[in-house]
Amino acid sequence: MKPLASILGAVIAAPLGWIAGLAEAPLRLWQRLTGKGGMIAFFLLPNMAIFGVFVLFPLIINIVYSTTSGSALFLSDRDFVGLGQYERLLRCDDYTNTLTCQEDQFWTAVKNTAVFVVVQVGLLISIATATALILNREIMGRSFWRAMFFFPVLLSPVVVGLIWRWILDRNGALNAALVGVGLDPVNWLLERGWAFAATIGITIWAHLGFYALILLAGLQAIPRDLYEAAEMDGTPPGRVFWRITLPLLMPNLLVVIVLSLIRAVQVFDEAYVLTGGGPGTATLYLTQYIYEVGFASLLKNPGLASAASILMGGVLIVLTLVQLGLSNRNEKKGKQK
Amino acid sequence: MKKTVTAFTLGLSLLASTAMAGDVRMMWYSDGVEGEVMKDLLARFHAQNPDINVILDEVAYKVVQEQLQIQLEAGSGPDIARVTNIKTLAPHWLNLTPYLSDPDYWRTNFGAYADWMREDGSDAITGFMTQLTLTGGFANKTLFEQAGVAMPGAGATWDDWVNASAEVAKSQGTAAAFAIDRSGHRISGPNASYGANYIAADGMPAPMDAGSKAFAEKLVGWVADGKMLKDTWVAASGSTYRAAADDFINAAIPFYYSGSWQIANLSSKIGTGFDWVAIGSPCGTVACSGLAGGAALVAVKYTKNPEDVAKVMEFLGSEEIVKEFSERTLFLPAHAGVVTKGGLKWDTKDPNVGAALDKFVSAATEVAPAAAALPSWKWASAYYGALVNRISQVMAGELTLDDAYTKIDSDIAEQVAAAK
Repeated sequence: MKPLASILGAVIAAPLGWIAGLAEAPLRLWQRLTGKGGMIAFFLLPNMAIFGVFVLFPLIINIVYSTTSGSALFLSDRDFVGLGQYERLLRCDDYTNTLTCQEDQFWTAVKNTAVFVVVQVGLLISIATATALILNREIMGRSFWRAMFFFPVLLSPVVVGLIWRWILDRNGALNAALVGVGLDPVNWLLERGWAFAATIGITIWAHLGFYALILLAGLQAIPRDLYEAAEMDGTPPGRVFWRITLPLLMPNLLVVIVLSLIRAVQVFDEAYVLTGGGPGTATLYLTQYIYEVGFASLLKNPGLASAASILMGGVLIVLTLVQLGLSNRNEKKGKQK
Repeated sequence: MKKTVTAFTLGLSLLASTAMAGDVRMMWYSDGVEGEVMKDLLARFHAQNPDINVILDEVAYKVVQEQLQIQLEAGSGPDIARVTNIKTLAPHWLNLTPYLSDPDYWRTNFGAYADWMREDGSDAITGFMTQLTLTGGFANKTLFEQAGVAMPGAGATWDDWVNASAEVAKSQGTAAAFAIDRSGHRISGPNASYGANYIAADGMPAPMDAGSKAFAEKLVGWVADGKMLKDTWVAASGSTYRAAADDFINAAIPFYYSGSWQIANLSSKIGTGFDWVAIGSPCGTVACSGLAGGAALVAVKYTKNPEDVAKVMEFLGSEEIVKEFSERTLFLPAHAGVVTKGGLKWDTKDPNVGAALDKFVSAATEVAPAAAALPSWKWASAYYGALVNRISQVMAGELTLDDAYTKIDSDIAEQVAAAK
């Protein structure tokens, strides 16, 4: 078997060696001309090219679109309006009353998204932490429960939305169960409060396993001897949690908080399939607003959709910077200790 | 910037030109069985024209509504498409006239609807209507009979129908009395029945008038008192389209307002479950109008094979094929020759279908002038979208009717300004 592997290796390596041999002379010349910095740039080039084509270029195009108006797709056919689209999005007579805003549904979406982010992330973090703490204990069927909590993460968001729609629909499984036990059915997706709560609950259900897993990894990295020492000192469990578990879990918790914040700002697929933004605009979130304006409307407005997406991107950049800042601070603290 | 645009255009053009010579791509959506019928017809075309390969891309209606325009704006897309947003996208359609062997055949037989699918002032031949549609209602005859409620007769108003259906709903314990598809197009016939006219003297959108307001007020009232099924309109935002056909098919509502294109769908899904009838459009204060429309098969001007596209269109637009397509799909034909000669043999054993088609044919004579003008009006889509978006917000308790009227006018004005 070994000779065969060696032969295969040689067959594969031969052309690679030949290509490397061809590249050697020009690379040496490049290094002589540009030094170490030039070589770094050379090796980074493929990655930067991909980043440039698939991330930077679309971003720049998006910014340019946001300064134009019209329904045409080609920039050459669009009128330059400067910051007109941003002005349209942000213009309000009274910011406490979205109806007075020129793009009232943008502000409704902003308001809905803000409430969603605060409530969903708060609940998600709390439940994920509690779940991780439980799954970190020696409970019966621990592996089974870990798999069960992680399972929804594997589902497509559209599948998640559809499953829950079948459950919560007027004629869905939940109402069938309620009627079965003699209770009145509830129009879960037609009542504003219930529909909003449903989008929160379902996104938590769908993402809980992922965040619980990150926190579980953090919990398992905490040295056991700290708990043993606390136990020998007779420290109450609450104090152990606040003084040992939480501080040592903080790096993982920060990652979870920022990731879930970013994900919550981007909420779309599950909520869109589940409620379509209704009832009325009760679950209209920012990404759906952008989708509606840019793609779904019969008369599409890519300029306005681009401007809204740039504003949303700004929020996400701030959140990312916060994450980087907090991570750096944590790292420095860790090094000081 | 010019260089960037040129490079971008070049890239997209390269992508668009990947179709082989002799290939004709057709984007097609189906409401009922027409996809199967079209496959069969294209197989026959291919047997007669082996050098032309027609690729049928069957997609969801939503894909046509949301993605086709983007493809067209990019100068790509299919060679032929089946669309309902016909007028708005007219700048992208190919003028088939130079490629047709007999353009006069097209002018004679499809000329009545040619303006629906070409830019204002143009005399281009861009395609033909695969079906004529008319909005109208359907009633569950069995539920009415079981409830002992007489179905309102000719000349009955919207209130008559809703109240009679409410009695049936109460007696039979259905979810609601009736439903209307969540669509601005669907309520525009009834709006015209109450005197609405969307088109101002200069051809631009007119502000919401008393007719539109009258029917909007009724819709909101019917949702508030539980007569109109709340799910269809309230459980979505924006201008999202939602049909209530499944609720009618499942006997959750005794009365459903949609259109003639539902006939094949109802027939195939209801089967012998219950008897149903088409009732035309209930009356308002000035008319008993539905709204005509339909789906057109149009050639796309970015095609690389216009001659082949024209051959496919000539085959599908021939009198014999139009007749067969209509008979098998249970669609109303838009071909003057087929309509004049009559004698269509509907391909169904369902006794409800023939009567329903006859009802829609007779209801077509009652379309109000204000409704008849809409299919060829450029800004109809802007009006439809704003109506749905804002009226459903009123139904959900987010806006008052007066706020909604103001917002509808400003939404339309902004859409018109943005589209210019």
